[in-house]
This record gives sequence, C-alpha cells and structure tokens, in this order.
Amino acid sequence: MKTSPSSNGESLGHRSASLRRRHLIAALFKALCIGFTLFAVSVLGLLIAQVGADGLPWLDTQFLNNFPSRFPEKAGIKSALYGTLWVVSLTALIALPMGVLAAIYLEDYAPASRLTRVIEINIANLAGVPSIVYGILGLAIFVRFFGLERSVLAGAMTMSLLILPVIIISSKEAIRAVPSSIRLAAYAVGATQWQVVRSHVLPAAIPGILTGVILALSRAIGETAPLIMIGALTYVAFTPEGPMDEFTALPIQIFNWASRPQAEFHELAAAGIIVLLVVLLTMNALAVFIRYKGTQK
Amino acid sequence: MNTMTLLTTSKYRWGEAILRQLFFLCALISVLTTVIVIGILAVETSSFFQQVSITDFLFGTEWRPMLEPKAYGILPLLGGTMLIVVGSSIVALPVGLACAVYLSEYASDRARNIIKPVLEVLAGIPTVVYGYFAISFVTPGLRFVFDDVQIFNAASAAIVVGIMVLPMVASLCDDALRSVPLSLREGAYSVGATSYEVTARVVVPAALSGIFAAFVLAVSRAIGETMAVTLAAGATPNLTLNPLESIQTMTAYIVQVSLGDTPSGGLAYKTLFAVASVLFTITLVMNLLANKVMRKYQEVYE
Repeated sequence: MKTSPSSNGESLGHRSASLRRRHLIAALFKALCIGFTLFAVSVLGLLIAQVGADGLPWLDTQFLNNFPSRFPEKAGIKSALYGTLWVVSLTALIALPMGVLAAIYLEDYAPASRLTRVIEINIANLAGVPSIVYGILGLAIFVRFFGLERSVLAGAMTMSLLILPVIIISSKEAIRAVPSSIRLAAYAVGATQWQVVRSHVLPAAIPGILTGVILALSRAIGETAPLIMIGALTYVAFTPEGPMDEFTALPIQIFNWASRPQAEFHELAAAGIIVLLVVLLTMNALAVFIRYKGTQK
Repeated sequence: MNTMTLLTTSKYRWGEAILRQLFFLCALISVLTTVIVIGILAVETSSFFQQVSITDFLFGTEWRPMLEPKAYGILPLLGGTMLIVVGSSIVALPVGLACAVYLSEYASDRARNIIKPVLEVLAGIPTVVYGYFAISFVTPGLRFVFDDVQIFNAASAAIVVGIMVLPMVASLCDDALRSVPLSLREGAYSVGATSYEVTARVVVPAALSGIFAAFVLAVSRAIGETMAVTLAAGATPNLTLNPLESIQTMTAYIVQVSLGDTPSGGLAYKTLFAVASVLFTITLVMNLLANKVMRKYQEVYE
C-alpha cells in the first residue's frame, strides 16, 4: 500500500477538514455500495411483479391441462410440462452417475499427472462454453449422426453434456470436503479404495452432491437455446410416451409465446414463466434444505 | 487359509481395477466433448471457407446469407455482440463489484444471509425469462424515456444481459475480496485509513486478479447469451453504434437459422458453424484466461 503524502505543514484546521472529507467519501462510498446492492435485490422484485401482473390472470387448471393452440384463450402448457419432466428425468439418469463417478475419479483416484490436469482444466472451461454451442453439438451428433431426430432422448443427452461439468465441479467440492482422517481411518483397517469411497466418502459427501445435482438440473430445466438448436420448437399437441417421441419444453413454449407480437400471447408467456419459476424455486428450496440438513450433522 | 486370503484379495483387486477404469472413462467424457465440438466446428467451417474467402468472412461489413446479393461478412454480427457486451458490462461490472464490496466489507451476517440467496435466485432465473422481462418491461421503459427507440433494440437486451450476469460478478468478486487476509485490512485501519481507503487502496488492489477474472467470465457469458438477445435485440444484422437500433448477435443468428427450414448441407446451413466457431473461439480464449488468472490468485493467499 502506498502511504498518502503527509500533511505536516498544514494547520490543524486544514487537517480536520481533510479528515472530514475522507470520512464523507467513506460514507458516500458505503451508501453507493448499499444502493447498488438494493438495486440488484429490487430487480428481482420488479421481475416477479411484472411476470405476476401479466401472467396470474391466465393461470388456471385449463392452462395446465390444455395443449398449445392458435387461440390464446384455449392455449395451455400440458405438452410442455410433460416434455420438461421427460427431459429432466432422463438427463438426471444420464448425467448424475457419470458426473459423480467422474468426480470420484478426479478426487480420490486420479494420479497427479499431466492428463489429470488437462481433464481438470477442460472441465472448468466446458462449464463456460455457451449453451448454444452444446445445441450445435447435439444437432450434429445426437440428432444427425445417431439419427435420434427431435426426440426426448436427443434433448436429454444434449442437456446431460451441458450440465455434466457443473455436476462434476460441485460433486468434487463435496467429496473434497470429506475430512481425510475418515479415509485414512478406513484404509488403516484394511479397506480397499472402492470400499473407502463407497462406505465412507460417498455417504458423507451425498448432501453436497445432491445439492449440486439439483441446482444443475434446475439449470437444465431453464435452458432454451440447446433445445431450439436440436429442433424442439415445433407444434406438439401430445405428451411424449417414450424417449423416442418428439417433445416441447416449458422454456421453449415460453419463447414461442413471447416472440409473437400479440399481447395475449405475451401474457400466456408470463403465465408459463410463473409455472417455470415455481418449479425452479421448489428445486432451489429443496437444495437449500438438503444443504442445511447436511451441515447439521 | 493363507492361499484363500490371497485369492480373495486378488479377486478384489480385479474389481477395483475395473471400477477405476470406469471412473476414468466418465472423467474422460468431458475431454471427448471438447474434442468433438472442436472437430465438428473445424470440419464444417473449413468446408464453408472453400466457398467463401476467410478475409470476406472476417472483414466483410455486410451479412446477408439468405437474400440476394449474398454477403458473408461477420462484422455486423460481431458488432451486435460487442454492443451487448459493452452495454451489459456498464450495468453488471460496477454494480456487481459494489454488491461484492458491500457483502464482503460492510454487510452484517444477517444482511448477507438475505442478499446471498436473492442473488442466487437471480442467477438461477432462466435466460428466456430475462428475455420476456426485456420486451415487457425494459423496452417499453426505454421507449417512454427516449423518442426513437425501435421495438427491438440493443439497449434493452444489453440491460437485461447485464442484470443476468450481475449475480455471477458479485459472487466471484465477493470470493476474491474475502480471500484477502484480514491482516491486510487491520494493518490499513491501524494507520488510520477510512473504510473507503481500506477497500479502494488495499483490499480491491489485493483482489484485483480475482476481480479481473470475474469480469472476463462475465463478458464471456454476455457474448454467449442467447435467448434474451434473440427476443429483445431483433434480427437485423446491422453494423451500428446506436444501441437504440435493432441489431443481431452471433448467438441470435444461430437461433434464427435453426428456427427456419434451412436445408442441411447448403452454404446457408454452414454459416451456422462458421459463426459458432468464432463464438466458441472467443469464449474459449476468455475462459482459459480467466481460469488461469483465478488459479494464480488462489495460489497467492492459500
């Protein structure tokens, strides 16, 4: 730190004036920081108020039970809701085991080699790749190359690749938080590496892992761009029956309505957003609850 | 008895080795993903460059891949993206840093426990929701204040993208500020510095690399942002500095192509990969830089 030039030659009155000025600056700066923070917090309130005012009048059982329609008063989100449920369930089935196993490898098994470092750096960078690039990957590999078309499975696999880095990073943190004394104690009584991981590391890390997985899945629920890329933006007036069926999803239906010029469709989009946010907030609350339970032990 | 133990032990080792390989494969999938992404983009982009020259693509100022006369200059899309980046940075960087300073230097534990979750919720709101917020709230607001605002405009999209990346900036800067040892603050306070002087001349400079990394990641996120920009900024490839006009970003163009019935294999289809290559390269370089800086600053104080 550079010391500020001393004001030895100045009179006492001058010095206290400068001190007052410095305290004034400090107070103003604090007020500025608080003001900006309040701005950020109030944006959330503003956003919820806007969506609520537009969407609440449209939110009824008919909205939840109807398929999309050209007529706003008949339109609903049934197919989108089921599509989202399908995609997220399949994504969880694919990404959860792969992500957790990869995290176990990186934390407990991996040698301190060059390859390990490449994998670690690669995962950190994958987490920052724009989601639309994953959409292009899904389009080229799952939709075209493997011929999965616009199916739930293609969407779920694309989403799995998208959230895999997030799951790996959060699972790694949870596994790393397990004290090494627990591992060492298990090794000392002759447990093999897998026995240590299965019986001691994983049980202790599970609350943290689950929290990360739920947050990653809630990201998958809100992602729109990758699903648009693989062609899920079509008129779908049925609920998917299996992984190979076509589908639509909540954020896609919202995008579809929001991009139309008519005000009624904008309000439908707001109603869809309310449903989406309720789902996401419920998942967030669940994650917070699990984290809370985990820290209590 | 002795041989029995040996046998079961070797049996166990087999299982252990197989599991180890399985875990390794799971970790390797991430590398495979990167390799495939780069492979696809490279192959399709090079076949695009067999029909369009690289200089026309990188330095052309007209982007008209669907209409005659066709032109494939990416500058309008790049300019649109930059307009969003600059606008969102003006919102997100100062406000995000101020939030972080408040959280790490001023806030009581109670205030922190309220504000942190709010920021987490803001960060978790899907981008399509921000897009809706832009067209239903921000654009009408802008049109109320300024006269010649187009229905779709860069400013509205930039503001919501700024709000969107703000929580990330705040949270990463907060981490960086809190990793500065308390002793540095105490030293500054003990020689009579005010809270502002401690923050601005000691804590922030000490955390500068972390703050820099946060800013780079925020800009990278803004570059890759898709849905809010598609909904609010329009679909007019337009090389302009006026944020009140309709523009098109690289990401919005990619969405536009995939929404239409572009026949796969044609030149228009290949533009998708060429634009995606530019997008991927820019964000990759920025992420590598940010992660490298972050690892470095973590080493300093840990």
